[in-house]
Amino acid sequence: MTALTPPMIRLRWTFTDGLTLVGRELGRLRQEPGQLVAMLIFPAVMVVLFGYVFGSAIKVPGGGDYRAYLMPGLFSMVTFTAVMTLTVRVAVDASRGVMDRFKSMPMARSAVPFGTTGADLLVGLLSLAIMVGAGLLVGWQPHRGLLPAAEAFLLVMVLRYALSWVGVYLGLVVKNDGVADQLVPLFLPFTMLSNAFVPTDGMPGWLRVLADWNPVSALTAASRELFGNPGAPSGDVAWPLAHPVAAVLLWSAALLVVFVPLSIRTYQRKGR
Amino acid sequence: MADPIVVAEGLRKSFGDVHALRGLDLSVPRGTVCGVLGPNGAGKTTAVRILATLSDPDAGHARIAGHDVVREAGRVRTSIGLAGQYAAVDEKLTGRANLRMFGRLYHLSRREAHRRADELLERFGLMDAADRRVAGYSGGMRRRLDLVTSLILRPEVLFLDEPTAGLDPRSRGEIWDSVRGLVAEGTTVLLTTQYLDEADRLADDIAVIDHGQVMATGTPDELKAAIGDRLDVVLEDPAALRPAATVLNAVAGSDPTMTGADRLSVALPGGGFRLADIVRELDRAGVDAADVRRRRPTLDEVFLHLTDRKEPVR
Repeated sequence: MTALTPPMIRLRWTFTDGLTLVGRELGRLRQEPGQLVAMLIFPAVMVVLFGYVFGSAIKVPGGGDYRAYLMPGLFSMVTFTAVMTLTVRVAVDASRGVMDRFKSMPMARSAVPFGTTGADLLVGLLSLAIMVGAGLLVGWQPHRGLLPAAEAFLLVMVLRYALSWVGVYLGLVVKNDGVADQLVPLFLPFTMLSNAFVPTDGMPGWLRVLADWNPVSALTAASRELFGNPGAPSGDVAWPLAHPVAAVLLWSAALLVVFVPLSIRTYQRKGR
Repeated sequence: MADPIVVAEGLRKSFGDVHALRGLDLSVPRGTVCGVLGPNGAGKTTAVRILATLSDPDAGHARIAGHDVVREAGRVRTSIGLAGQYAAVDEKLTGRANLRMFGRLYHLSRREAHRRADELLERFGLMDAADRRVAGYSGGMRRRLDLVTSLILRPEVLFLDEPTAGLDPRSRGEIWDSVRGLVAEGTTVLLTTQYLDEADRLADDIAVIDHGQVMATGTPDELKAAIGDRLDVVLEDPAALRPAATVLNAVAGSDPTMTGADRLSVALPGGGFRLADIVRELDRAGVDAADVRRRRPTLDEVFLHLTDRKEPVR
């Protein structure tokens, strides 16, 4: 706002306004329980498609149940949906004038990006819970106890939060929900080009490098390790797969360092 | 013009090679409605965006209630409301939830935000739809909700950027009534529109803009008087169009506009025209007129005249 507002009050308003925007997300979920159903359908389809259709022909390295191998991959996939969810959401607000309304109001300037990503954390927790439920139903479970499992879920949410900033930035840049919708299909190959569904060993060399360094792979490897699920990497593997927890934290930190300031600057920049 | 609450001086804004504003001046007295009238691409929206602190001018400056829109944008935002060409609300929420959310974002207390939402819904006839999702609203209801949302803080200045574009006549009438009510309470309104009847009905003063500049300002009557009366001629035989046009050009000194297959219209600058003389001239040229009528110009004609988008008879 203006120089007249002391920093502490400004910070408080950023927080309060951000919370109001989180409340907006809750209101939408309440109005549209269908969104929750959609969240249920997606993992169900993925579990059936991969767990039972493709999985019947995939051999897990080191042995083990494919569905137990698959679930950490699906957790990663759901985590990465944050990018496209938020790209579309922010682009809708930008193209319908909602963003302009926010900007013409005397509200805290960084509340919109912070509130939007905060609200996505809520959606993320919910969709992760649904996914975990689906996993338990098909026989997946964590084997190494509560603490490592909690650590895995925490990692998932940390990376999701970092990714949501990428989504906000893309949405602010694209500004058009039609274009944002067209970006959505790009998301699938990105998550598939990883160790989420199949081991990367069988891929051609150049593709394998991409897959090994894909943050999806790091998150999947970290979850497998912390849940004690089959397919945890062994032997001579790329650094992110040998140190998956550190790799996820580094990825998250890097994304936040780049995209938080970028998103806030882009939001506050005056447009046409 | 005592105490103008909106002042713009020499506003310029370019996007690449496109000069959207080329030195726009505007002054709106407190408590009045200023209609900014112009064709598509004239710079109306760019001007509103600068005044509403959404965009900075390349040159020139503007003040709202004495505060500079660039240097004191935060202060300006507390005294303006903006309703645009969209329904800038969350379509997935109910009308009531939208107003409460925006009330909170305007930093009203929770209780105050709820009270204000109910008050506005009641006053603008949206109470029946208050608990329905906006996605199910008609176009007119959405636009009314959009307008109402911009009123939460009781703004001193309300910017309405083509508030009735695409609405049916009844919904337009409802928006007009709402605007009149606000003005009666002292709100200053700056309204952009392409609809001349809208400006004619609502605006105290009109600024006709084109190519990023103000072409003329004045009350609707002043603008009409400035371009003089019009003469409409309806011909018995469309074949007589060309000789009739020649006669009218000679009498009025400008090319007449073809307003139909068998009719012409021409501006009569200044006074001193006698209807009888014109009829006689037409008769002498062998033109059979079914109707010859002298009248005040419509705002449409003022607009076309000023923005130089005529359609002369060829």
